[in-house]
Amino acid sequence: MKRIQLIKLAHARSGDKGDASNVGLIARRAEYFPILKEKVTPEAVKRHFTGICRGKVERYELPNLFALNFLLHEALGGGGTVSLRNDAQGKTMSTALLRMEIEVPDDFKIGD
Amino acid sequence: MKQKDFIRIASGQGYWGDLPQAPYWQVSKGPTDYLVMDFLAEVTMSILQKQKSRDPKLGYAKDLLPMMEQILPFVAERNIKVITNGGGVNPQACRDAIFEIAGKAGVKGLKIGVVYGDDIFGRIDDLLGTGQDLKNMDTGESLKSVRQRLQSANVYFGAFPIADALAEGAQIVLTGRATDTGLTLAPMIYEFGWKEKDYDKLAAGIVAGHILECGGQSSGGNYLKDWRNVPDLAHIGFPIAEAHPDGTVYITKHQGTGGLVSVDTIKEQLLYEIGNPKEYITPEVIADFTSIKLEQAGENRVKVFDVKGSEATEFYKVSMAYSDGFYAVGTLTYGWPDALEKAQAADRIMRQRLEDLGHKFEEFHTEFLGYNSCHGPLSPMPAELNEVVLRVAVRDKDREAVDAFGRQLVPLVLTGPPTVTGFGGGRPKPQEVVAYWPSLIPKKLVKPVVELAGLK
Repeated sequence: MKRIQLIKLAHARSGDKGDASNVGLIARRAEYFPILKEKVTPEAVKRHFTGICRGKVERYELPNLFALNFLLHEALGGGGTVSLRNDAQGKTMSTALLRMEIEVPDDFKIGD
Repeated sequence: MKQKDFIRIASGQGYWGDLPQAPYWQVSKGPTDYLVMDFLAEVTMSILQKQKSRDPKLGYAKDLLPMMEQILPFVAERNIKVITNGGGVNPQACRDAIFEIAGKAGVKGLKIGVVYGDDIFGRIDDLLGTGQDLKNMDTGESLKSVRQRLQSANVYFGAFPIADALAEGAQIVLTGRATDTGLTLAPMIYEFGWKEKDYDKLAAGIVAGHILECGGQSSGGNYLKDWRNVPDLAHIGFPIAEAHPDGTVYITKHQGTGGLVSVDTIKEQLLYEIGNPKEYITPEVIADFTSIKLEQAGENRVKVFDVKGSEATEFYKVSMAYSDGFYAVGTLTYGWPDALEKAQAADRIMRQRLEDLGHKFEEFHTEFLGYNSCHGPLSPMPAELNEVVLRVAVRDKDREAVDAFGRQLVPLVLTGPPTVTGFGGGRPKPQEVVAYWPSLIPKKLVKPVVELAGLK
């Protein structure tokens, strides 16, 4: 097995829904979608966001778009206008998720 | 009226403060039938409510007026219709201001429709008295805990009242609180005669609305996958939805503009600020975002099709705002060497001084811009920073404590670690925290009002 950072396999966009941050994770290629579904579980994402996400993590699948949507609850310091964070709306949570590393088989191919 | 084969709906503004030249570009650089502009964020209405209480002629998005001045000649000549929620808490005053501009510009026969009835601020006690709890739909808390501090309360109306205004002949429709997606769906309902039970078609219009509602964010702006190769962002073409009567929508932009419309730019926007994708709830319909199919249909042209929807809920969402104490934010910049270490020391010194003075805060938040303000504890420690910005912020019900915090920041320049600058803005002053209270109300308790007026 080898480790790959998600930014090689996916792109993303994030925003806020109250004190929850929504992070949409989109496979860069359709063939990466199965491994994202397998490895980027709500539990793994919750672990990755230790110290940031204090609530639960929910995950939804959008197979037509080869995408997953995550809701990270209690992750924005109260949310919107209450939050004292520089990134009060979680605009950069997208790339925070793309920092995550997952294990893939040694022969897993990454295209250009 | 013969039904059109398709209509072009152009996004002109994704939020209040968006690119001011975009509406002009959208009406002048190519064919457009409708221009839709979103101005209202969650707590905008409370700001507008305060403006209206100071001056009964205010309370709408004033930035709309210079835009209208620019676009009115095109709108009149090319018969483009304009739909916006920039009417805020005073769409009638907004209408009168636009009539004045139109009169000066010599635009004749302009009809403006106003949609209101969304403002339930004056009815809160009646509603509470008749069994509505208006509890916070996120936290479940009772409204009673913030009732006395409430500043605004508005129902989100959808597309149907806007479509009614169009049917009555309005060329411009100004609304109070209306959903962003409803602004885009409304012309489809009006032009194609869609009904309340045409769930799939309504859902298709909602999806188009979601793609348009953040302006350039679906046409190459904030595009993460391949941002370097987005052409000419300086002249970004805002998105245009070419809607067809069967619910198929093509997303595109004007010829010769910058930016990019691709399956991937659309995907990123579809994933923006959504919850459960199977249940995207709007006043008109519940759209299923997992049903959406996308296909590149040419250069800067994406087909959006096969969208499914189901019956709407019996509730409108209500957006309320209440006063929730004060906050202040300040920054200082520390230079090489040991920039981060010095900024961290300054933060400790400041906290100690505030503690010595007996000040406590509901929240005291420290970040180091250049190191961890985006990704917090996920940020790897860099080898050496050339400089770092210490950013400190506090929040509390006690205004004096927040004020005292502001007085402790700038003195660090002469009484803390060295090579510090960037204090030109002076001391951070307490600002009011306006918090958001989302709730639900049965649809039968609120009725939208459509009012049409014409300029002779």
